[in-house]
Amino acid sequence: MNTSFLIELTVLILAAFLGVQVISKVPTLLHTPLMSGTNAIHGIVIVGAIIVAGVPHQPTWLRVVTLAAVALATGNVVGGFVVTDRMLEMFKPKKKAPEAAEEAKSE
Amino acid sequence: MSRTDWIYCAYLVTIVCFIVALQFLSHPAKARYGTWVGAVGMAFAIVATFFTPGLTNYASILIVMAISAPIGAYAARAVKMTAMPEMVALFNGVGGGAAALVALADFHNSIPEPGRLPYDSSVSIVLSALIGSVSFSGSMIAFAKLRELIGGRPITYPGQQIVNMALLAGLVALGFVIVFGPQRTVLVGVLGLGALAFGVLFVLPIGGADMPVVISLLNAFTGVAAAATGFVLHQNVLIVSGMLVGASGSLLTLMMARAMGRSVTNVFFGAFGQLQTAAEGGVSAEGGTVRATTPEDVAVMLAYADRVIIVPGYGLAVAQAQHAVRELADELEKRGVNVKYAIHPVAGRMPGHMNVLLAEANVPYDQLVEMDDINPEFERTDVALVIGANDVTNPDARTNQASPIYGMPILDVDKAQNVVVLKRSMRPGFAGVDNPLYTLPNTQMLFGDARESVVKVTAAVKAL
Repeated sequence: MNTSFLIELTVLILAAFLGVQVISKVPTLLHTPLMSGTNAIHGIVIVGAIIVAGVPHQPTWLRVVTLAAVALATGNVVGGFVVTDRMLEMFKPKKKAPEAAEEAKSE
Repeated sequence: MSRTDWIYCAYLVTIVCFIVALQFLSHPAKARYGTWVGAVGMAFAIVATFFTPGLTNYASILIVMAISAPIGAYAARAVKMTAMPEMVALFNGVGGGAAALVALADFHNSIPEPGRLPYDSSVSIVLSALIGSVSFSGSMIAFAKLRELIGGRPITYPGQQIVNMALLAGLVALGFVIVFGPQRTVLVGVLGLGALAFGVLFVLPIGGADMPVVISLLNAFTGVAAAATGFVLHQNVLIVSGMLVGASGSLLTLMMARAMGRSVTNVFFGAFGQLQTAAEGGVSAEGGTVRATTPEDVAVMLAYADRVIIVPGYGLAVAQAQHAVRELADELEKRGVNVKYAIHPVAGRMPGHMNVLLAEANVPYDQLVEMDDINPEFERTDVALVIGANDVTNPDARTNQASPIYGMPILDVDKAQNVVVLKRSMRPGFAGVDNPLYTLPNTQMLFGDARESVVKVTAAVKAL
């Protein structure tokens, strides 16, 4: 056991408690966007993917593996945020009447 | 300050952004800012990572990102709102796959020439490869089930639990070999492949109705896998962000299982294992007759009702009927009918799924009433209009101990004076069990596509 490992373990455990605290107040209404949002956040694995892909002098198979990791992580980040944003777009304050309702009124 | 210090400062900004993002997600009005704050944090992390000392291969990394990003954005933009749950599964899976690949590469890179990896690194790599791979293949199966590429019904065979347990035990044993025995990269590869197989076998026997809980669990898995890679690379940003997701995802999994009135173990290992017996029990109970009705009859019933409760389900999502339903509700309200929507926590295939869809159709929040608040109102309701919801209205969950969904809290639709069920056919719902609601004397069925049926009813109401 070295000190840096114990510090990292401390950070991990504090983050776990924080994660529970922060979302324990989320209303049911937002459960799907929340799942999608946390899904985007674990796209942070892209940091690890870039670091391993940037290691010099890799054999070809490893280059393929690390670049595949970058590709997958990028998809996770971009797709995750776009999906979450699309879901939450639905919750913005309503100003304009929807087309369906307008049609209903005009008839 | 050295360059590394600046990078860590940027990562600190990322961590703060992610926490703030999750806090914003607690409030409907601010939730959207949460996404943006999170995206800004992510941008900080990605840009800072490119300044890592000793990093090479910029060109190939940037090219891969430039190809992958538009594909992800397009897939996320093009998909319909109904398909959101499976997109979450898909993007969750690729994240898990990325974590597993990072672990594999890092194992190869960090093994010292003579000597062994320290335990903290090797254990983290094993965990990351194992959990990341399970999350990848499990999410893909969940995706396929929700897309109905493979049947939503549980796929079971004799001795399944034993096979799964044996495979898991084998994987754990292999993990110990990697930590204490010969440290070969190929073993980590084998571990990853075995974990892929386990992910498939783990999700196959779980019924389609339970997929939201599964996706939530796998979401937490990917977070933990990302945190484990953080231990290998000594990056706090990975540890904190991954664990935030791991913890919040686990809590969400518990909350969802609780909403279904079942324990987590019950969801993942078993309840639906006895499907065959339960289905046989359902056949014998099927004695009543089904009454079909017409849009015109439904229109009369609704127009002269005082109180109507609309119960939306996945069928509404599939048929894209949310706008048509809103139009019908407007028409009824013009005639002085009190209209409310009853939202079951797991209606659709994700918690909050119905809220998202109805919000898309501009249904006011205050008309959406959650299960516990609306259930006492069914007795005083003239018409309960069930649109494409099935398992969440099944009275067997209250009364029939032999039913696989016994104990799940349901909407007490059957207590309304009249029940009208809009449904494509008599096919059972996602859980694969029959619904005795359909043969009750106060129930009438309106068969057909949900949207077409609602449009016809609306037209008939206007014609009155």
